[in-house]
Amino acid sequence: MEFFERFAVPHASPMIYASMVAIALVSIGIVVGITYFKKWGYLWREWFTTVDHKKIGIMYLISALLMLFRGGADAILMRAQLSAPEMKLLDAQHYNEIFTTHGVVMIIFMAMPFIFAFMNLIVPLQIGARDVAFPRLNALSFWLFFAGAMLFNISFVVGGSPDAGWTSYFPLAGNDFSTSVGTNYYMIAIQISGIGSLMTGINMITTILKMRAPGMTLMKMPMFTWSAFIANVIIVFAFPVLTIALLMGTTDRLFGTNFFTTTNGGMDMLWANFFWVWGHPEVYILILPAFGIYSEVISTFSSRNLYGYKSMVGSMVLISLLSFLVWTHHFFTMGQGALTNSIFSITTMAIAVPTGVKIFNWLFTMYKGKIRFTVPMLYSLGFIPLFTVGGVTGVMLAMSAADYQFHNTMFLVAHFHNTIIPGVVFAMLAGLTYYWPKFFGFMLNEKIGKITFWLLTVGFVLAFFPMYITGLDGQARRMYTYSEATGFAPLNMLSFVGAALMAIGFVTIVYNIYYSFKNSPRDIGSDPWDARSLEWATHTPVPEYNFARVPQVASSEAFWDMKKKGHQLFKGEIKDIHMPNNSGVPFVMGIIFFIAGFSFIFAMWVPAVIALIGIFVCMALRSFEQDHGRHIHVKEIKEIEAQYGEVPGNENRSHTTTRV
Amino acid sequence: MKIKWALLVSLTSLAAILAGCEPLLVLDPKGPQAARQAGDISLLIVLMAFIVIAVLTILVIVLFKYRASKMPDDYEPPHIEGNIWVEVICIGIPIIIVAFLSFVSVKSNYIVESAPTGYEEEPLVIYASSSDWKWHFSYPEQNIETVNYLYIPTDRPLEFKLYSYGPITSFWIPQLGGQKYAMADMVTTLHLAADEPGEMLGRNANFSGKGFAENRFNVTAMSQKDFDEWVEEVHETADPLTEEEFNRLLEPGHLGQMTFTGTHLDFSPAPEHDHGSDADEHEEHSTHDETNEESDHSGH
Repeated sequence: MEFFERFAVPHASPMIYASMVAIALVSIGIVVGITYFKKWGYLWREWFTTVDHKKIGIMYLISALLMLFRGGADAILMRAQLSAPEMKLLDAQHYNEIFTTHGVVMIIFMAMPFIFAFMNLIVPLQIGARDVAFPRLNALSFWLFFAGAMLFNISFVVGGSPDAGWTSYFPLAGNDFSTSVGTNYYMIAIQISGIGSLMTGINMITTILKMRAPGMTLMKMPMFTWSAFIANVIIVFAFPVLTIALLMGTTDRLFGTNFFTTTNGGMDMLWANFFWVWGHPEVYILILPAFGIYSEVISTFSSRNLYGYKSMVGSMVLISLLSFLVWTHHFFTMGQGALTNSIFSITTMAIAVPTGVKIFNWLFTMYKGKIRFTVPMLYSLGFIPLFTVGGVTGVMLAMSAADYQFHNTMFLVAHFHNTIIPGVVFAMLAGLTYYWPKFFGFMLNEKIGKITFWLLTVGFVLAFFPMYITGLDGQARRMYTYSEATGFAPLNMLSFVGAALMAIGFVTIVYNIYYSFKNSPRDIGSDPWDARSLEWATHTPVPEYNFARVPQVASSEAFWDMKKKGHQLFKGEIKDIHMPNNSGVPFVMGIIFFIAGFSFIFAMWVPAVIALIGIFVCMALRSFEQDHGRHIHVKEIKEIEAQYGEVPGNENRSHTTTRV
Repeated sequence: MKIKWALLVSLTSLAAILAGCEPLLVLDPKGPQAARQAGDISLLIVLMAFIVIAVLTILVIVLFKYRASKMPDDYEPPHIEGNIWVEVICIGIPIIIVAFLSFVSVKSNYIVESAPTGYEEEPLVIYASSSDWKWHFSYPEQNIETVNYLYIPTDRPLEFKLYSYGPITSFWIPQLGGQKYAMADMVTTLHLAADEPGEMLGRNANFSGKGFAENRFNVTAMSQKDFDEWVEEVHETADPLTEEEFNRLLEPGHLGQMTFTGTHLDFSPAPEHDHGSDADEHEEHSTHDETNEESDHSGH
């Protein structure tokens, strides 16, 4: 009996039981539905075994949207709990679990897959490649991320959620103070998806360095590719730190080592240092691709080339270097003394310089342009002032002496949401709207999209700006309740109203997808936005092989050159195209990793060892496997190309579809 | 007309809410350290508001001037690579701002990390330790210990020695000055001082588990004379703190305010081995290296 007790939720409430039932019903519903419509074969052939970067990108996209709603549900519960003093909606334990999972889900399982979605979808197209450098590894990355995400999400119905904050500082996260399996979930689930992220990093760097179209030198890469490249370089340097920190944390919890304990020579501050040596570069891993998307969108809808291309690249390189030199600013108050704090205060503020350069460059990109207020552009325009507020409050936090007052307060919470929501989330929604037609063949409704934008923007301002004030008034973060006497109540109610508006905004996105799927016209051509870079030079939706002929590039705006300057993008005859074969191994490995992770979380050593052996067997099999891929022959390519009924390279339709 | 009035009323009421009936705690300092921090924060708010307004103004002008609906249909935006002078200005202005703020930041760091100056008396040393979810304040000089409340004399520097009997916590009295972590395996030092008598809020600001929200304490600042009277009164009325009693206090949970004579430092000393926080150690008279530390201990 004792064995089974571990799987029970230690802190059950009606809400959790309701979620259990809902999860069970939805899972059964999905399985029954797929079986009824006989879609298992289709799913297996087209999705589970795919190595196509576009399909993997779409799977990342769907996962990210799902996780957005999971994390969003956490968020609205938190705001509701704090909307009035002494609320009884959640108790302390439940609130602690919810803010912990909110943070982890939003950063690791929402923002990361969102940027991986766009890297997968866009980077190979922007550089004129047929796929990423290691397509099967790419599939494995996705399935590891997915296994990690699922593992993390079952925590609140099996065994209990982590409750030590998304930063999980030791000793609070150690066995002495976190006795449930919750923090094991944290350690193992992030570890599994982190391995996937690291492999994506290596994969993308190789792709960008080795597979660019002829003529595309590094300084002729479109800006999103540049941002993806630098973000992946940061991934490769930062994620190993997380891997080791999580491993040490896991052994502390499962095998009684003393890396982060406060006795026997352990150092609890070591965890905080490791965590933020990864954690601070992590926020730049998220924001740089977002900057890349804004660069593409602002340039397209201003009908102008990106201003200051070189300084854009230079500032990103500088940001990537500085991102590794600022981690201590997350704990100025740990008592390192004035000298250490001064150094990290200056390095942190220095990041404002390259970031400021980028803001000015976007403004100058619009200068003398012809600005169209489409939905992706609205997000970019909302981003500029809101992110500036987030940036300058970042400078305020970087003043270490003043940070003694900001630290651990709602001021800090307001700041990082102020950078992540207008910075990353708006970029992802801009990218979603902007690239949607490329992959799905129809546009999202502009009218609903604009309603979404305004709901999110107004909701954001109402939800987070009051926190700057309550923070300065002494409201610490992560408090599940407060008394009437504190005077925090009116502003927290305002925050709740804002959060509710944002929730409605996110629901309208889903409605927009549904509405547009039913009503949007399908004859949109391959260039509905009058765009500039290479990803728009192929058909919509994109064929499996991306480009029938490899493009010849002369500038960072190859497609624009073709449209306006008569640059000949596609030369020569169509030849056979070499493509990778599908494989079910990554999917299977994802499942085995899930089993291994689950076994480790509950310290079930027999299945854990068997699953680990299974992982190594899969890797060994792969190394003995002879798979040379396959060829798509000229005849087949010509048939596919004929179906699109247009010849890219001689296309004039784009001029008539520019008005949006 | 009605809409206009409604708008005006809602705007003024919003402004009233935002301005608050009372000043925000952090911007209402009662001691020199908090005053320095409040000064820095006010400076930052003004400077940063200026930057935000500048960016917003440029954005609005550009959007207004170059929106497509205003442009002729055949307008083709020019290709502009970038201009070295424009970029020098764009880099130069942020560098000047950051350099200025770095200067302010470094100066403030050294001020808040050292004992407040301008006081005649030696700092009063108070050991503040946290346990789930309470604060224990030991006054070695007065040989007194309190739980969840803090009495301090005004016009005298205060030197808080912080450590924890559990998770990392953060000792924070917003009106006296910013916070610092209390950890289980080292002692950190926070220098504060109070300039006027009064009641203040203090709390643990760093999440430490289930009882975190209620992990607060009351701070009362009073004249040295009143403080001395209080000390005397405690010695007359309070029970001595035994090791057994202290261990009971450490049990997780919440306690009200308590007062004892004697401190727990005698039987459960603070973890004062040097964990290498050189910068502040050199500045102060106390722990410098192992030998000094030992003598410091016996000095209590």
